[in-house]
Amino acid sequence: MSTIAAISTPFGSGGIAVIRISGHEAFCVADKFFVCQKAKRLFEVDANTVHYGKVYDKDKKIIDNAVVTVFKAPHSFTGEDTVEISCHGGILIAKKVLKSAIDHGAVLAQRGEFTKRAFLNGKMDLSQAEGVIDLINSVSDRGAEAAVFQLEGRLSEKINVMRNKLLNLAAHLQAYVDFPEEEIEELGTENISLLLSEIISECEKLIKSADYGKILKDGIPVAVIGKPNVGKSSLLNCLSGEEKAIVTNVAGTTRDIVEEYISIDGFAVKLMDTAGIRKTEDLVESIGVKKSVEAAKKASFVLAVFDGSKPFDNEDREILDFIKDKKALIVLNKSDLGSVNNINGIKMSAKSGEGFDELIEQMKEMISSGENKDGEVITNERHYECLVKCLKHLNEAFSAAKGGMMLDMIGIDIELSIEALGEIVGLTVSEEIVDKVFHNFCLGK
Amino acid sequence: MSYIAGQYDVAVIGAGHAGIEAALACARMGLKTIIFAINLDTVGNMPCNPSIGGTGKGHLVREIDALGGEMGKAADKTFLQSKMLNRGKGPAVYSIRVQSDRRKYQEYMKQTLEQQENLHVKQAEIINIGFDDKKVKSVTTHIGATYHVKAAIIASGTFLKGKVIIGDVGYESGPDGLFPARELSGCLLEQGVKLMRFKTGTPSRVLASSLDFDAMEVQKGDDKIQPFSFDTIDVGENVVDCYVTYTNQNTHKVIMDNIHRSPLYSGVIEGVGPRYCPSIEDKVMRFKDKERHQIFIEPMGLNTEEMYVQGMSSSLPEDVQIAMLKTIKGLENVVVTRTAYAIEYDCVDATQLYPTLEFKEIEGLYGAGQFNGSSGYEEAACQGLIAGINAALKIKGEEPLILGRNTSYIGTLIDDLVTKGTKEPYRMMTSRSEYRLLLRQDNADQRMMPIGHKIGLVSDERYENMLKKQEMIKNEIERLESVTVAPSKELNDMLEQINTTKITTGFKLMELLKRPEVTYEMLEIVDKQRPNLPESVKEQVEITAKYEGYIKRQLAQVEAFKKLENKKLPEDVDYMSIQGLRIEARQKLNAIRPVSLGQASRITGVSPADIAVLVIYLEQWSRKNKE
Repeated sequence: MSTIAAISTPFGSGGIAVIRISGHEAFCVADKFFVCQKAKRLFEVDANTVHYGKVYDKDKKIIDNAVVTVFKAPHSFTGEDTVEISCHGGILIAKKVLKSAIDHGAVLAQRGEFTKRAFLNGKMDLSQAEGVIDLINSVSDRGAEAAVFQLEGRLSEKINVMRNKLLNLAAHLQAYVDFPEEEIEELGTENISLLLSEIISECEKLIKSADYGKILKDGIPVAVIGKPNVGKSSLLNCLSGEEKAIVTNVAGTTRDIVEEYISIDGFAVKLMDTAGIRKTEDLVESIGVKKSVEAAKKASFVLAVFDGSKPFDNEDREILDFIKDKKALIVLNKSDLGSVNNINGIKMSAKSGEGFDELIEQMKEMISSGENKDGEVITNERHYECLVKCLKHLNEAFSAAKGGMMLDMIGIDIELSIEALGEIVGLTVSEEIVDKVFHNFCLGK
Repeated sequence: MSYIAGQYDVAVIGAGHAGIEAALACARMGLKTIIFAINLDTVGNMPCNPSIGGTGKGHLVREIDALGGEMGKAADKTFLQSKMLNRGKGPAVYSIRVQSDRRKYQEYMKQTLEQQENLHVKQAEIINIGFDDKKVKSVTTHIGATYHVKAAIIASGTFLKGKVIIGDVGYESGPDGLFPARELSGCLLEQGVKLMRFKTGTPSRVLASSLDFDAMEVQKGDDKIQPFSFDTIDVGENVVDCYVTYTNQNTHKVIMDNIHRSPLYSGVIEGVGPRYCPSIEDKVMRFKDKERHQIFIEPMGLNTEEMYVQGMSSSLPEDVQIAMLKTIKGLENVVVTRTAYAIEYDCVDATQLYPTLEFKEIEGLYGAGQFNGSSGYEEAACQGLIAGINAALKIKGEEPLILGRNTSYIGTLIDDLVTKGTKEPYRMMTSRSEYRLLLRQDNADQRMMPIGHKIGLVSDERYENMLKKQEMIKNEIERLESVTVAPSKELNDMLEQINTTKITTGFKLMELLKRPEVTYEMLEIVDKQRPNLPESVKEQVEITAKYEGYIKRQLAQVEAFKKLENKKLPEDVDYMSIQGLRIEARQKLNAIRPVSLGQASRITGVSPADIAVLVIYLEQWSRKNKE
């Protein structure tokens, strides 16, 4: 496997940044562009030691002074030889160091590749590895919480409870079939479908939580709509400025919508700002409305911004009409210029900051009303797929039981649903059913 | 003194259900074969229940028959009562079970062996197997006769260091009062073979004249009997009844009062017993809430008064056994002819075997039946057949026969044994097959006969008969798919009667047959042109119609399964040196040496993560090999 490198600290400004190099040639690569003050080569030093020195680029120019930590296989995160270069913070320096590592033989690591290697080298199990990857990928504190939750195996616990119920059911059916002359109670399709419907709804609930899980990872989408010049941009600046928590600033899927991340109450909020689209004056008004509609459709809720100092015109009313049956907050901006509307909304001034606290409070309420308070949240794509598969088989079994199909067929789908759940927690099915059969029933000649 | 007594291709050690099939297969495939039994009067003995078949086991018998084995034919010729179990629970779990005339079955098998060309039947105990550099060379009897052989198949049942235990009495013995085989274990241990100690048991036999059958429930056989064998034309009839009675609180009290005298609870028994065949004291201790346990009284044969008491397996002292039997309704005056006992014996950890049942470390040595850790006559017979076939194929220089889990219960059983091993005597059950909607007992002929024909155990005539049947099934399905029936009063009355929707427009017969409530027979009233077809063909047509969707899905599962099965692992992989495999997985893989990624994935202790590592390893390996 190749030797990989990447910036391991979060993107953005900070005191230091860490560039990690991992792989068979990690020491060899680092030795080419890092020179220890004590003139020792990294491949000669002891494991778990720290060294001060200078980092050079490929033209032998000094990039930075840095501290290097050396880990030797298998005692590192990835289980491979690893060098961690701690340089001064700031994107520019970190990027230069990374570029130098690549210029000297490392390959840019794919997202999650360090974790993948840790997994392949037996440093963590599948479920843990997935948790770590989610931790890396999630943009908010709450997302991190869900990932940690999974790391701790509580999702596994939940899955195991469901799986156990199904195992008991499968074992009962199997005992009834494999030991026809024993006095085993016939479950009857009524009871079977009752038991199944119970687990089906649990499964559906978990699947539904995946939507919330996605929000945790990607941020809660909030659309900011409104005519030009009502002060959307200043409102956005106000929001992001106040919280000082812009995570990143990337163009959305449609290049016309700018997405901006802010943090409210530990949740990442993805503001989808349609403000950027109206800079060219020659665009007709209706396009703006169309874009707003698009953004609003994807959003958890909408911030509709109006100029509260002016009477509503037709376009304002069109927007009001549009949000009427949506989750939305009405912001009446420019309260510093007076208020001429009696429409119910948050009166505020992005300029003076008046009413800003109320806006934040109301946004918090909106967010918490959509929060999944039960705890189990699916944030992992593979888990989601397994649950969908499980649900499919449960539904098949359910309709087979309802439709008067024979036991052998009902049983097959129940077993497949157990298998699907087992894929999440890494368990296989057949032996366990047999074990349950003998544990739960008194059988034999 | 030892002397050279002869030269054979294959020696089969033991003439129980596994040994019989192994010897017949070898001889029928043209090899010079010799089979040894400690006592020739007990060839094909049933030391436990006098019956063949049952859930999962019935499937095995049909597969054995379709591959060219003998068990199905013998059972058909010598049965006393026949039943299709699980009717109404779905065709995948239908299973034939017959009560056998134990003595007649033995005689049938003994004579079949004696009449078989290329086969020498010999009464002797094998005490030693000779090896030449980890390769089988000879077998030696207790009286010093050495036979040079190319292969040896061990089918020793419960004879290896057999020890019978009744209460506080224990003595060396084989089953049914036969001599045990004391020596052979030592010779295997010397070769580095890992042995285990298993335990099984059997209930008492009692005298029919001492029982009050009027106090029990009668169990009749089926009116319409289905034979095991594809070739059986004269299906015969039921000639005996079985009876059901129950234990009660008094029985349980006798057991509880004397439980300290049970060798199971006092620690005398070391062997691991099967969970599905617990002793009555075990059942009473483990399920204290259960008020009664069911007891079946089954005849041992037409020319004996002995009856088998199913459900009362025990290793309690004889006096306790008699006392507890007498508490049971109908057994108040019981006269016991044979006392229930537990038996411990040596068997092999089957993970030391290839799926061909040959030892990985010893060329030409095969294991089959209880010796491999299984339990049951049918489980034994099918392994004997596969070991025999593979011994013969190897000597003839042909490709081995490995049946996949997707093809048969036999393949599933062997894969379970050699991949996972077993911690208790292994019994077949329908739940062990993930492809059971495909692997039904009703289509065993279509699944297995092409294989049996190819290796030469199924005659051309028999094979063609099966092909004809297949053709009839295909034609009839096509006919039903093309014939449309119009709504008629006659038809709608019938549909109404069975609580299914009436039809208002023309319907294909096939569409009607797909409804769960409709049978092939019912449609006769509107299907006047139907050909006259054998029952077995009608059955296939009906199952195909009803389960089409499920069958398609299972076929798709099989395809996915085959992908991993077809990823072969190189023979010389050094698993201990593969980076990324967990230590436990390295050890397990190194010990079992799976033939494919699929088999590797079924090894206990090998996780999906380990399989991911193996996938990467295989990829690198094949790239390197290409270079």
